[in-house]
Amino acid sequence: MSAVAARIRPDQNPQAVTDHPAQATITMSAVNKWYGKMHVLRDIDLRVNKGEHLVLCGPSGSGKSTLIRCINALEEIQSGTIEVNGNVLGRKGAKVDHIRRDVGMVFQQFNLFPHLTVLQNCMLAPRRIHRATEAEARDKAMHFLEQVHIAEHGHKYPAQLSGGQQQRVAIARALCMGPQVMLFDEPTSALDPEMVKEVLDTMIGLADQGITMICVTHEMGFARAVAHRVIFMDRGEIIESAPPSEFFGAPKHERTRAFLGQILNH
Amino acid sequence: MDYSFDFAPVFQAWRLLAEGAWATTWISAISMAAGLVLGTILTAMRMAPVGVLRALAIGYIEIIRNTPFLVQVFFIFFGLPALGLRLDAMQAAILTMTLNCSAYIAEIVRSGVQSIRPGQIEAGKALGLPSFDVYRFIVFRPAIRAVYPSLCSQFILMMLNTSLVASISAQELTYAAQMIDNRTFRSFEVYFVLGAIYLALSQLFSLGLQLIGRSYFSYPTK
Repeated sequence: MSAVAARIRPDQNPQAVTDHPAQATITMSAVNKWYGKMHVLRDIDLRVNKGEHLVLCGPSGSGKSTLIRCINALEEIQSGTIEVNGNVLGRKGAKVDHIRRDVGMVFQQFNLFPHLTVLQNCMLAPRRIHRATEAEARDKAMHFLEQVHIAEHGHKYPAQLSGGQQQRVAIARALCMGPQVMLFDEPTSALDPEMVKEVLDTMIGLADQGITMICVTHEMGFARAVAHRVIFMDRGEIIESAPPSEFFGAPKHERTRAFLGQILNH
Repeated sequence: MDYSFDFAPVFQAWRLLAEGAWATTWISAISMAAGLVLGTILTAMRMAPVGVLRALAIGYIEIIRNTPFLVQVFFIFFGLPALGLRLDAMQAAILTMTLNCSAYIAEIVRSGVQSIRPGQIEAGKALGLPSFDVYRFIVFRPAIRAVYPSLCSQFILMMLNTSLVASISAQELTYAAQMIDNRTFRSFEVYFVLGAIYLALSQLFSLGLQLIGRSYFSYPTK
């Protein structure tokens, strides 16, 4: 992870925040979610500023994936509100599709569409939603595929690519919709170890462009290098939220220390 | 046994048989295509969040799958004129076959849709695609691929079922054979040849469906 550690932190890069002029903030207020009787999110209050990079970590079952899945309405919430880019979720008649167009998502299992080529995977949503012409959608797709260094595989099908390559395509596919916010749900957890770096490097490149990012990940090297804030969740609650230096250097809560002890002492 | 086989009268009527085989082929092809469209619509209704649509689809599927095909043919050909809908034998045959096979296809397509990982649907939604687009562009093709073999045997079964529409004098292959039988009294030979032609037809359909499948589902999977 030396490449990760050696790079400039995005908050020291004055260009970072100016690339995306539109306002992009997420505000979660008193969000609660239950799966039946299980209370998976408890009174979550979270504000994410434009251009901010957040890393969410915590033990499995702590609600971190659920939290980001609520932001693009893949999960319903039972109380509270989530505001994304001025659109409020959790009210009747919320324009869910509009919010989803502003929010890109990358999944642990990549979820590329197996019957479409890499290019077609990237072109589908822009063609259907933005009504882009074939040529426009192709140009845009090629642009982002080049950015994730996979343009030469554009004509291939997902099954012909490695996990790391598929995940990079998934990132490009999300970027083609021009999202204000990118959500990453354990993007490297399903990868073979030798492919983790290529995906993290891609995400770091993205962070450098100043896009708002929320990543659920246990890659602490990545968190140190990229995050403005690291958030620790346990049993549906946000326990601790701090800049990485503080979070790793002097965690305040016992549960955070115990968790860090478990994942870092190897 | 002192029966002497004589296939000559059957072969002399080859024109009738060929016309019948052609009729069977095209009414089957139309019913398959229409049945697939209708079956897919039924699947969508069957899985819709709206209770009324689900109930309608389930009711329809249950009625069709639990009544004999021949009764359905009679109902449409002899029964519907009472309501003012008068169809000729061919139209009634095609309509019945379409309605009948759509119910079976709906259940097959539904199991295909259910075989798709939820992550695929989530990825589509996360891109902001409306539900209809998610099912049309993301779910449909892999779902059909997953159940294509069952779908093909259903199609073949339906093609063989067309022999029943001879009973309303729809002029297809079995009807042609009955005419030859009436004329020649060579029942053994006529129905032996008829069986052979159906066998050949199902092989041809099988091959055609396989070729369609190969081009439509040519994408690789792990």
